[in-house]
Amino acid sequence: MRDEIRFVLNGRIQRVAGCAGDITLLQWLREQAHLRGTKEGCAEGDCGACTVTMARPNGDGRLDYRPVNACILFLGMIDGAAIRTVEGLADPDGNLHPVQTAMIKADASQCGFCTPGFIMSFYAAWQNGNGLAPDDIDNTLAGNLCRCTGYRPIVAAAATLDCARNSDIGNSDMAHDGAMLEALKNMPDSAADLCLGDPPCRFLAPVTRISFAEAYAENSEAIIVGGATDVGLWVTKQHRKLGCMIWTGGVAGFEQIDDDGDMLRINPAVTHQQLLQKIADDAPEIAELLRRFGALQVRSSGTVCGNIANASPIGDLPPVLIAIGSKIELSTGNKSRRFDLENFFLDYAKQDRRAGEFVSAVLMPRGPHPYLRCYKISKRFDQDISAVMLAANIRVRDGVIDHVRLAFGGMAGIPKRAGTAEARLVGKPLDVEHFRDAAAALPDDFTPLSDMRGSAEYRMLSAQNLLIKYGLELVSGKTMRLAGDGLTTGLEGWE
Amino acid sequence: MSTRRIAGDIQTSQHHDSATKHVCGEAVYVDDIAVPANCLTVLIGQSSNAHARITRLNLSAVAAAPGVVAVMSAADIPGVNDCGPVIHDDPVFASDEVCYVGQSVFAVAAVNMAAARAAITLADIDYEPLPAILTIDAAMAAGSYLGPPSEMIKGDSKAALAAATHQLKGRLYAGGQEHFYLEGQAALAIPGEDGDIQLFCSSQHPSEVQHKTAEMLGIANHAVTVETRRMGGAFGGKESQGNLPAMTAALAAYLTGQPAKTIYDRDDDFMLTGKRHDCRIDYHVGFDDEGHVLAVEFTQALRCGMSWDLSAGIAARAMCHADNAYDIPHMKINNYCCLTHTQSNTAFRGFGGPQGMLGIERVMDEVAHYLRLDPLQVRQRNFYPEKTARHHGVTPYGQKIEDCVIQPIVDELVKTSDYVTRRADIAAFNSANQYVKRGIALTPVKFGISFNTTFLNQAGSLIHVYNDGSVHLNHGGTEMGQGLNIKIAQIVAHEFQIDVENVKITPTTTGKVPNTSATAASSGTDLNGMAAMRAARTIKQRISIFLADQYQIDQAEVVFVDGQVLVGGDRMSFADAVKRAYLGRVSLSATGFYATPKLNWDKDHMYGRPFYYFVYGAAVSEVIVDLLTGENRLVRADLLHDVGKSLNPAIDLGQIEGGFLQGVGWLTTEELVWDSKGRLKTHAPSTYKIPACSDRPAEWRVAFYADGENSEDTIHKSKAVGEPPLMLAISSWLALSDALAGINGAAYPALDAPATPERMLMTANRLGARFV
Repeated sequence: MRDEIRFVLNGRIQRVAGCAGDITLLQWLREQAHLRGTKEGCAEGDCGACTVTMARPNGDGRLDYRPVNACILFLGMIDGAAIRTVEGLADPDGNLHPVQTAMIKADASQCGFCTPGFIMSFYAAWQNGNGLAPDDIDNTLAGNLCRCTGYRPIVAAAATLDCARNSDIGNSDMAHDGAMLEALKNMPDSAADLCLGDPPCRFLAPVTRISFAEAYAENSEAIIVGGATDVGLWVTKQHRKLGCMIWTGGVAGFEQIDDDGDMLRINPAVTHQQLLQKIADDAPEIAELLRRFGALQVRSSGTVCGNIANASPIGDLPPVLIAIGSKIELSTGNKSRRFDLENFFLDYAKQDRRAGEFVSAVLMPRGPHPYLRCYKISKRFDQDISAVMLAANIRVRDGVIDHVRLAFGGMAGIPKRAGTAEARLVGKPLDVEHFRDAAAALPDDFTPLSDMRGSAEYRMLSAQNLLIKYGLELVSGKTMRLAGDGLTTGLEGWE
Repeated sequence: MSTRRIAGDIQTSQHHDSATKHVCGEAVYVDDIAVPANCLTVLIGQSSNAHARITRLNLSAVAAAPGVVAVMSAADIPGVNDCGPVIHDDPVFASDEVCYVGQSVFAVAAVNMAAARAAITLADIDYEPLPAILTIDAAMAAGSYLGPPSEMIKGDSKAALAAATHQLKGRLYAGGQEHFYLEGQAALAIPGEDGDIQLFCSSQHPSEVQHKTAEMLGIANHAVTVETRRMGGAFGGKESQGNLPAMTAALAAYLTGQPAKTIYDRDDDFMLTGKRHDCRIDYHVGFDDEGHVLAVEFTQALRCGMSWDLSAGIAARAMCHADNAYDIPHMKINNYCCLTHTQSNTAFRGFGGPQGMLGIERVMDEVAHYLRLDPLQVRQRNFYPEKTARHHGVTPYGQKIEDCVIQPIVDELVKTSDYVTRRADIAAFNSANQYVKRGIALTPVKFGISFNTTFLNQAGSLIHVYNDGSVHLNHGGTEMGQGLNIKIAQIVAHEFQIDVENVKITPTTTGKVPNTSATAASSGTDLNGMAAMRAARTIKQRISIFLADQYQIDQAEVVFVDGQVLVGGDRMSFADAVKRAYLGRVSLSATGFYATPKLNWDKDHMYGRPFYYFVYGAAVSEVIVDLLTGENRLVRADLLHDVGKSLNPAIDLGQIEGGFLQGVGWLTTEELVWDSKGRLKTHAPSTYKIPACSDRPAEWRVAFYADGENSEDTIHKSKAVGEPPLMLAISSWLALSDALAGINGAAYPALDAPATPERMLMTANRLGARFV
């Protein structure tokens, strides 16, 4: 057991012992390391002012530089990683990094408070060699809010950067960070389980499945932490005093997406961004939904299993996973059980999870899913939580709909299928009239609530309309979307 | 000696002076200042009730909590318990009665934030609930006002309405807006000798923080010094709202003798601070067949919240912009400042102007819809006469409009935006599409520059020239990202004809320039730039007199140009000239002062000349709307804006773009939601949605009005730029309305704001776009 975290900070090895279990990276940077270039704008991972990069080897000999929100990342989660902050970009002679120069030249800062976060999102893209092209930039910056500029000059700065042809500075950072990470690995106990903080608040980072199971067995009340994009907020927003936390991210193998017959097995520490990249070709509908899931920073930390386990009624992923017939695997010790994901959600804040069980995998049918469509309705297109979410999937045999899954988020206390509406479609030909008929039945399936994201009336009306849109899109073979890349308004003249 | 033009002259694009520090994380904000180890963290304990009597306040458990050094409530204030900017109705700590959820009731000073957080939960407070008025409708129904309503009258609207061929009546609601500066409110107080307090604040108004702090502590203003280097955004939200954090930090420092800081986290910032006033505007308009608006009556109701704050000025500006760019013969504007048990609403970029303009732009739009005319035509038919016209229009408050350039701006914009063709294309598109509609709108802006309250239109500066020729610049304005400091440095560099890098920008401090006005009303450069120019001229003149005397030439033969000083036939560097003057015992330090001329304002009769000049601009927005979901996008925006002779085009462009998108946010995605108990439910970016990167217009063309030049004698003929571009965004809202008007057989959409997807869908549904 190791009680010291080791990581690389701006090219230098740091060893930190005796820190609290629930201290965030941002708190540590600003208060302990006196690096105050990284800012707190919201303490909930929504504004990006605290963005730093976290690099780990990606298996291809390169480092993968992930932009992350330092405000909701527990310090223990950076063990064995290379962190860069805005202070660590200029070279030792003080020459600015190209992303910094580009921002200055484009007059892309005004008050400057959000700027370090933008710089670090740029830097992550630069190091990874993509994300700054005009088609990518909105996505790269969706998690960084700027209140002054209107974004135009920031986007213009990105357009001057050719991150595909990475400069020497970028390459040398990667080489240096890589060498430092190797040096970390060679330290004694580098592969030992980590335990930070004193009871009651401890942060445990087991490194094997066995030690993870043991840790959970010993601490059955522990909170399982994936990316801390939810649990982090319990600390920073709700000011809760947490007890024992067990982090999935250090466990060897938990970060993998495995093949499991005709399913993809998504292990506990797989992030949304990992999944997005994996399925981008086979299931573009799901990839686009994932793209609108938080923003890059949140997707780079948050895990698929965590999103299922926290069972938020507004989680955007469960509906689509249900719509394609995914399964969940719960484990305790060496026992595990699998069942349909839709049966996991019992009631508001109540799941079919027994004491000692954790979500050990989500099993997701592989694409393609030719009839799957996902619709997310939110106040803002990017980095928002849906008011209503529909993931719809049907199967058509001999011109007749024989299987239907209409999974909604935001319409009930849990992600839920619309049984009555589904029944109106089964056995019917692919005709818009039947979708209208199904839409008319939705009030029998749901009684949505009013809250700050939308009124009950709006939720019902938009849910009904989404079902009609689904029918229109399937029948016409066209899409009609305002979100995402460009505008598709393919229903011109449709009557 | 070779000559070259100075670097960083006026009327050239210069980067923000802190740009390099911004991108390196080296720009220091209040919470970044290194503090002594004994610095305390101050946290405010907030009211959980919208309106209640405090029947018991027992803070003994808070005081006894680990790490707590001091607990402060109303009883601990030695002087005046008030943080209001104008009127004493805004307690630092509520004592008998709480008036909104989130109101400051007490504060704790602890060794760190964790200790403070834990401690405030231990407060033992009993409330006896009182009836709470939360909305404009409720306040208007109950007659709950802060003061008597105001009235502004031009002509005889009643008679003109009665005589008009057509009349329309309507009502508009527009929501408020949270500033969402990225840096929350922040202040650091350091106690000094003799009970003095030094404050470092994220404030647009250091002088007011100074005066209010001294008043609270019962000490003289001279015992409090307030410094502001920069703010991480402000937008009006740090004009008065910076008082409370500064004063709680100062009180903690005063009581404990230890440094103390108050930093609001995002949720506290939303809960404690005021926002843009939401409003309800009733209108009654009379017009002829051609769309000439003959008379309008407005009843504006602003939700002010629980205290005055700056609402009187905001209401006056709302009234003064109810005409926007239109010469309407008969107008009557009534304004009600509604008292509600919610956050005390405050300054926000535009300061009531946006609300006033929304009303008349809605009227123009509806008149056009009624007459089946292009709204652009109706607007053009009603514009104030151009400045070159023989007769000028007069505003409802009696100011003659002598500098109007809205016609040439709109004419040019119509051409460059291809408005006419696009409008026809959109009509064709809409008739062929049932589920998706497009819309377009062109709206003008005429915005009055100067504080409505005349005495505020003053500014000071302090310039030192050191004996090596380097220049120390200080002025009363504050930097919130708008580029004020670089513009003023350019002005000073221009005066001395030296490179701008030789001019040191220094933090705003009440110790150097006293009795300043807030950096607000777009006036920062107009006022402080002029004051700085005068200080520089004073020093220049002293050097000139000295050198002329030495060379026995006429003073006019001493010329500062291109980094040099020409003295008769001789030339020397600026530094040499300064050195000589120093050795000649010439004072190289000077203050400068400026008071805007020509202003007068009678607030009792809402009459006078409140504005030195007007800023003009216009925008065309085009949107697309999904009628099945209400989702929408701003696909193109063309902005043409008058900045006069721009002092720094790069900075001015940034103000136009940033202001526009901020306005778009106000009118589209930014929605504040309070529940029935008066609790603000949208108090963080997870629930309150300001524009993200992808919300900027997909195609965005911004230009300066090429012939722009201030008719008045402003600093190098420039025009203020901070607020006016925000109101260009009204075009985006009316474009959304236009898209809804494209629904077959639709009545006038009467779209309220913000036009969230929900509001768009429900409005479309009301207009007959029903699919289920």
